[in-house]
Amino acid sequence: MADFEIKTREDGPATSIIYVKGFLDAHTAPRFEEALQKSIDSQRYHILVNFQDLNYISSAGLGVLMGFIEEVREAGGDIVLANLTPRVFKVFDLLGFTNLYRIFDNETEALEALNSK
Amino acid sequence: METTNLPESEIHLKVPSETTYLDLIRMSVTKVAEDAGFSPEEVNDIAIAVDEACTNVIKHAYNQQTNQNIDVVLKVDYQKLTIIIVDRGQSFDPNAVPLPNMDQYIEELRVGGLGIYLMKTLMDEVDYEIEPGVQNRVKMVKYFMDDGKLKSVEH
Repeated sequence: MADFEIKTREDGPATSIIYVKGFLDAHTAPRFEEALQKSIDSQRYHILVNFQDLNYISSAGLGVLMGFIEEVREAGGDIVLANLTPRVFKVFDLLGFTNLYRIFDNETEALEALNSK
Repeated sequence: METTNLPESEIHLKVPSETTYLDLIRMSVTKVAEDAGFSPEEVNDIAIAVDEACTNVIKHAYNQQTNQNIDVVLKVDYQKLTIIIVDRGQSFDPNAVPLPNMDQYIEELRVGGLGIYLMKTLMDEVDYEIEPGVQNRVKMVKYFMDDGKLKSVEH
C-alpha cells in the first residue's frame, strides 16, 4: 500500500528513533518488524517509536512490538512510544499495552526516559 | 419537510485472501459506515473490527494461502450495521480471552486472540458460527442507538 512509510534515525551509538507513517496492519507490519530487527541487529537496543503520523493500527502492529520487547529488555534496552494519536492510543489502551510500554507525549520526554534507563 | 429513513442496503464483496486487500476492505467498510451516519470514531472502530476478523481469516483459517476468498457482506437497516464475514478455511477456536501477562499476550497474538478481543470490545455483537470443514462465519453488529438515543440518520 502506498500509504505507509517507515524511517529510522540513529541517535547516538545505542538509540534508534523509528517513524511510522500511515496505516499499520497485517500487510504493512512486516516492514515495521524489519525496521526493529535492523535496530537490534546493529545493537541499538534503545528504541523510540514515534507514531505521530500513524493514522491507523491493528493488533498486527502491536504484535510486532510484542515480538521484540523481551529481547530488547534483556539486552538492557527498551522500546518506548511517543506521539500516539487518540485513535492509535485507544487500541493500545483497550489491549492493556499502556501497562506494558512506556508512552510519552513527545520525542524529547521519550528520549530522556529511554537514555536514563 | 419530508424525513426519510435510510433505505435498507446490502453490499457483497468477494476479496482474495491476501493482506494487501485489507485496505480495500477497510475503505469499503468505512464508506458504508460513514454513509450510515456513524461518528468518525465509531467508523474507525468498525474498520478495526473488520480488519481483525479478515486478518484472522487470512492468517489462521486460510493459513496464509492466497488463492482463497473472503466473503464480506455489509448490511444497513434502520437500526444497525451488520457485517458478515465468511471463509471456507480451517475452523479455529474463537473463544480465546486475553489475560494480562506477557506470555499469555504472546500466545494470544499468535492465535489471533487479541484481534477477537478487539472485535468484541469495539462492536455491539460478535457471533461466530463454525461449521468444521464447511465454513466459518462471523457476524458483527453495530447499532445506531447510543446511550438510549437514536442517532440521526441523514440521507
